[in-house]
Amino acid sequence: MSTRLATPGRLIDTSQPMSFSFNGKKLRGYRGDTLASALLANDQMLMGRSFKYHRPRGVVASGAEEPNALVNLGREGRFEPNQRVTTTELFDGLEATSQNHWPSLEFDVGAINARLSRFLPAGFYYKMFMYPRSFWKHVYEPIIRHSAGLGKAPKERDVDTYEHFHAFCDVLVVGGGVAGLQAALTAGKAGARVILLEQTDHWGGRAPVDGGVVDGASVDNFVDETLKALQSMDNVQLRLRTMGAGVYDHGYALGYERLTDHAPGSAGPRHRLWRIRAAQIITATGAIERPLSFAGNDIPGVMLASAVRDYVVNYGVSVGDRTVVVTNNDNAYLTAIALKNSGLSVPVILDARVLPDDRGLVAQAKALGIRVMMGHGVSSVKGGKRVTGVAICSQAGEGAVLEEIACDAVAMSGGWSPVVHLWSHCGGKLRWDTTHACFSPDVDNPPKGADGMGFVTPAGAASGMFALDDVLHDAHAAAEGVITCLDMKLPKEVTSPVAERREESPMAPVWMMPHGASAKLRAKSWLDYQNDVKVSDVRLAAQEGFVSVEHAKRYTTLGMATDQGKLSNINGLATLAGALDQDIPSVGTTTFRPPYHPISLGAIGGEARAEIFQPLRRTPLHDWHEANGAVFEPVGQWRRPYAFTRGSESTHDAVMREVTNTREKLGLLDASTLGKIIVKGPDAGKFLDMMYTNMMSTLKPGKCRYGLMCSENGFLIDDGVVARIDEDTWLCHTTTGGAERIHAHMEEWLQTEWWDWQVYVANVTEQYAQIAVVGPNARQALERLGGMDVSKEALGFMDWADGTLGGFNCRVYRISFSGELSYEIAVDASHGQAFWDALMAVGADLGAMPYGTECLHILRAEKGFIMIGDETDGTVIPQDLGLNWAISKKKDDFIGKRAQERSHMTDPNRWKLVGLETLDGSTLPDGAYAVGEGTNENGQRNMIGRVTSTYHSPTLGRGIAMGLVHNGPDRMGEVLSFPGTDGKTYEAKIVDPVFYDKEGEKQNV
Amino acid sequence: MLTIHCPNCGVTAEETEFHAHGEAHLKRFGPGSSEDDFESYLFMRKNPKGVHFERWHHRYGCGKWFHVARCTMTLEVFGSYTGQTSVPPQQIIDTIQDRRPDWVPAQDQA
Amino acid sequence: MKKYSVFAVAREAMRQHSGWDRAWRDAQPKAKYDVIIIGAGGHGLATAYYLGKNFGITNVAILEKGWLGGGNTGRNTTIIRSNYLQDPSAAIYEKSRSLYETMSQDLNYNVMFSPRGVIMLAQTEHEVRGYKRTAHANALQGVKTEFIDAQRVKELCPIMDIDGPRYPVLGGLWQARGGTARHDAVAWGYARACSDMGMDVIQRCEVTGIRQENGKVTGVTTNRGDIGCDKLGMVVAGHSGHLADMAGFRLPIESVALQALVSEPIKPCMDVVVMANTVHGYLSQSDKGEMVIGGGTDGYNNYTQRGSFHHIEETVRALIETFPMLSRLKMLRQWGGIVDVTGDRSPILSKTPVDGIFINCGWGTGGFKAIPGSGWAMAELMAKGRSPLTDAFGLERFTEGRFIDESVAAGVAH
Repeated sequence: MSTRLATPGRLIDTSQPMSFSFNGKKLRGYRGDTLASALLANDQMLMGRSFKYHRPRGVVASGAEEPNALVNLGREGRFEPNQRVTTTELFDGLEATSQNHWPSLEFDVGAINARLSRFLPAGFYYKMFMYPRSFWKHVYEPIIRHSAGLGKAPKERDVDTYEHFHAFCDVLVVGGGVAGLQAALTAGKAGARVILLEQTDHWGGRAPVDGGVVDGASVDNFVDETLKALQSMDNVQLRLRTMGAGVYDHGYALGYERLTDHAPGSAGPRHRLWRIRAAQIITATGAIERPLSFAGNDIPGVMLASAVRDYVVNYGVSVGDRTVVVTNNDNAYLTAIALKNSGLSVPVILDARVLPDDRGLVAQAKALGIRVMMGHGVSSVKGGKRVTGVAICSQAGEGAVLEEIACDAVAMSGGWSPVVHLWSHCGGKLRWDTTHACFSPDVDNPPKGADGMGFVTPAGAASGMFALDDVLHDAHAAAEGVITCLDMKLPKEVTSPVAERREESPMAPVWMMPHGASAKLRAKSWLDYQNDVKVSDVRLAAQEGFVSVEHAKRYTTLGMATDQGKLSNINGLATLAGALDQDIPSVGTTTFRPPYHPISLGAIGGEARAEIFQPLRRTPLHDWHEANGAVFEPVGQWRRPYAFTRGSESTHDAVMREVTNTREKLGLLDASTLGKIIVKGPDAGKFLDMMYTNMMSTLKPGKCRYGLMCSENGFLIDDGVVARIDEDTWLCHTTTGGAERIHAHMEEWLQTEWWDWQVYVANVTEQYAQIAVVGPNARQALERLGGMDVSKEALGFMDWADGTLGGFNCRVYRISFSGELSYEIAVDASHGQAFWDALMAVGADLGAMPYGTECLHILRAEKGFIMIGDETDGTVIPQDLGLNWAISKKKDDFIGKRAQERSHMTDPNRWKLVGLETLDGSTLPDGAYAVGEGTNENGQRNMIGRVTSTYHSPTLGRGIAMGLVHNGPDRMGEVLSFPGTDGKTYEAKIVDPVFYDKEGEKQNV
Repeated sequence: MLTIHCPNCGVTAEETEFHAHGEAHLKRFGPGSSEDDFESYLFMRKNPKGVHFERWHHRYGCGKWFHVARCTMTLEVFGSYTGQTSVPPQQIIDTIQDRRPDWVPAQDQA
Repeated sequence: MKKYSVFAVAREAMRQHSGWDRAWRDAQPKAKYDVIIIGAGGHGLATAYYLGKNFGITNVAILEKGWLGGGNTGRNTTIIRSNYLQDPSAAIYEKSRSLYETMSQDLNYNVMFSPRGVIMLAQTEHEVRGYKRTAHANALQGVKTEFIDAQRVKELCPIMDIDGPRYPVLGGLWQARGGTARHDAVAWGYARACSDMGMDVIQRCEVTGIRQENGKVTGVTTNRGDIGCDKLGMVVAGHSGHLADMAGFRLPIESVALQALVSEPIKPCMDVVVMANTVHGYLSQSDKGEMVIGGGTDGYNNYTQRGSFHHIEETVRALIETFPMLSRLKMLRQWGGIVDVTGDRSPILSKTPVDGIFINCGWGTGGFKAIPGSGWAMAELMAKGRSPLTDAFGLERFTEGRFIDESVAAGVAH
């Protein structure tokens, strides 16, 4: 059984007991425990179920690489699935439940899959479940989906918050083990701005667990002293609980800080995403131990040797009373020695190697009386939900059992793989290290930055250095190299610490145990624990031609689980290479993608949620609208009133009332969102002649002209009224959505094509509040305000003038988008509300009412005015809309002119704008198409037109619509059929698009 | 995540301050131009694997347009230069050839 | 070729699966083929498959510089739908979708087409009108879609917050027979079927030159020698411009990185595919349980298969607004693919200035869903010289100004 030892662990504080629960069971642990160590201390080895076969699973590792022990954590707004017990710090009141089983962890019906596993090899689902066809969606897929997945889906809205930090530094050091500490110290002493990140809650990494002597003192001492030195430096920033998650182009790196995961509910954000720009990055990310591939290596109680050691040394937890150690290297002997020194039993060390002599750790273990069997390995592990023993065999043979030994834990070590993820994210290449049988960074091919030079340097175990002395020297050298790249100088007296060297025998690669394992054993030798990929699966993939490493990975799902192959990739690769009779480097690796370890989507999203998700733009009148019944619609980042409802009135009724009132009396529209762009300079007229299809240079000061703007591709992109202010100044109105876009469009042409033209443009949209005063009573209202002359004679249709009204400085445009007598009045934005109030006051007995965008749409549609975004959709040219009158024939050139000469643009068969009137007065459905005879070659109904705008017109008491119709203007009076999606077909007659006041008399009064 | 240098305001800043707008040094063809020339101007692109001259806009900064010479295979940046030129300046060409001796500018790039 | 079935699997289970053959032969290039297809992605393999199946042309080589299906076929978010607005798009995507329905049976390879339904969310009035228009067009195009209200959206996808503070859901365009499929399986299934017809699928074979005589193609030069052909199909998303350059013509194409990400797997919580265009994100749950998230493209030419992280941030932030539960999931992996984007963002299936060379490219962000339809149409174009499905997608449309624009949202209302 696993239990808490009497000897205390390095990291726990036994004076601070904590209670927590697992599957409802109340358990106890200490401050400093991880959930993994606390569960083990309570003899809870069974922690989860695997993905495919629902095999019982225990914890196998002690860090981020853990593939098995994932739990649901917390509840309600703090519920989170798939939390690794190894990276979860214990806190008082922690609630965890195990995942991926039904009805319970101990008894899981899904475990039937394990019984059927011989029928479920790699890729089995590609070969079956095809018949009958409908069964995939309705039977097979639902079963597979419910069997797969891991944790439960969160249901409630996240109650925590998240934030982003920006940081800049000369040197980012990732990893707070001895290599990272030393690299940070060296760089710090050279005066570089350093950020050092460590993913766990403590410094030093695994060196203190493994022990050693640095500069004559213990490695613990070295860690303490180095940390103190770093803490005293102003140019060094240290962050615990912060993982280097990804390295991106040009020295961009992500840090993922878990601020309150260990103390839920405390103040502040839960996670913080650090967006770091580093001139140079040092990856001191350590190495991860590899499992060995032997039968039954997935049974709970089989663990990485280093993890077994960690639990003993760091947490005072033994994973078993009798632990068999199986290894191909010296390092695992540390585990045996640590166990023995803690008074635990190590019945045997099975060492796959045959060594010429005993030295170093081997000799030490033997001296402690531990039995060592060289050239031996595990034939199979015995047990179900817990290891009960191992069958021993010769490594060289096929697995014949020589001896069985009872034990309750197995500590395995297949060697170490440097953590090269961050090195590789942005293109760093790898080389195969034959001595240590691992991929390590090829320092001649680093990731390249903006200047084409390398910006990442690996250090310590992450660069394939495993002996303590090598690690420290390498870390110091890495920092030295980086300092040189930064054109900084390291003071001469700063040198690398020196560690005592241990005598060591070389490791021997072992990819299958025993070497000649039978098919039966291979089918029980796990590579990827979570996804249940076994040696036999990878060999099957090779047999079936999935020989590219990417194919093999995808076919078997090796390395695609939540640990992203941290434990399985190299073993899988070696298995594939073996099956193909190739060497490992020629098989290659899969691509390392960020993040190193999963990071919360909440942290990625950051602060910008709910109300501050995106900026909200408000006109000067926004608050008034809100207080006066406005029903808003989002228009870009603005919100515009769609209509103003009164009392229990429906939105539709409000719109109808607004239309009628504006036609008969007086309507007020907040038009402030309309784009207003000043174009000024000696060449402004020439410039606008290029921007607009119309001639703008001939416009007289004091006059307005409706203008059209096209893209260089010929399509209509915006429209609006242009006013000439003075000799070299024009004011261009754009659509609401167009203000920024058209301003940018103008700047682009000015800066990149006609940079010698003397023109300035300025977007002054937000400087003004603009109010449209519309309706037969409009003039009367303005006259009541008093001030400038707004008579027909003084201010005719399409004139503008500056002046005052009711004491407000204003600019008045006599323009109309409704066909009514209409003034658009711009005042300083800060006067907008007061001016509006003044208008409402003088207009009270003239019927003044605000109206919204829908009323605006109906008013313009009744007049046959087009709307950008309704009549246009990016495929429409002005000629389609009968706007030829607005295209100057006198100009040699304007943006879009050449494009409009292309054959498809001049094709007489283009669909053109017409009015549409239903025969029965009903309203045509939005977006309906008119059908012609027959079908096209692809079997689609031939279409001859479509509805672009459709409304019920209260003015005419019937439905009105505009549309684009094939040869439309030549087909007046013809009746078209518009099939609706409601099963009905609507009949509509082609009519003139101007439905109301065809002569335009009302706006001219 | 690129860092881009704006030659107008002189800052080197995050890509998020800027916006890229495709191939640089396109010659505009207007009315009277041939179908081929006009189509090429609007749509045909070098889209090179390697050295690329492109237009950038300091959208959330000084608002100016400029040019960047960049490698599309490594994202290495060779330099930024004024938007107000129809060919890359010699200094940029030199820098590129320094780092990529095999590279030769296209006809319209010299 | 051994037929795949539950019985075959059971039989093999009795002998440790030792009897399974290679899914496709490891072919060596011959001196000459009737047709060479460059690019063994989904589109290239499908083109070859339908050349054989529909036109009896089986003396075909499919050349792949890396591993088959290793480009965008294996990097996309596997969404299949055909609710396009314009006739030519609706025709080819619906052809494609209908071929997906029977693909597993046609290829004897389970590609796991899952017609679980696709919702395109309407979150502005402008989108409401746009999708109503699409629904009308689809009805006439033979594409079954409907515009549904917000309540129905919520019923179909309960994890969605339809009252979101900034962009409440106003409705959606629903295609019940849209869905997803297993992307790798599509490539593998086609490769196996092509190989079975006697075609040569040749991996690690990089084309380094195009050979022509008198304006007509005669073959290709590769790292594995010269290979002759009468007709050549270029089907290499992301690298089309590069190949066209070898053949001596230019394309209206730019290559940019498109990014996607997956969360860690969770138990089933979402049975439909949702696309939210206002906030630029799309989301579905894979059969493994991962939430698969797709976002936008970088604005600059890029062949690195790496994108900028701020796009991931924007996509995730936007989706959390509509799917608040995502906040407590974790990103497992992010990646990028190189997509070809054309001048009108619609694909090119066309003859080229070189006699005998045909090109299929420019699928932008939407290529996976089109694989079978694109292959079907491209095969017809290559075999017969024209196809009603490809007529509108010719290169000449850029000269004529006859675009196929699916992004019909040029402006917003006044």
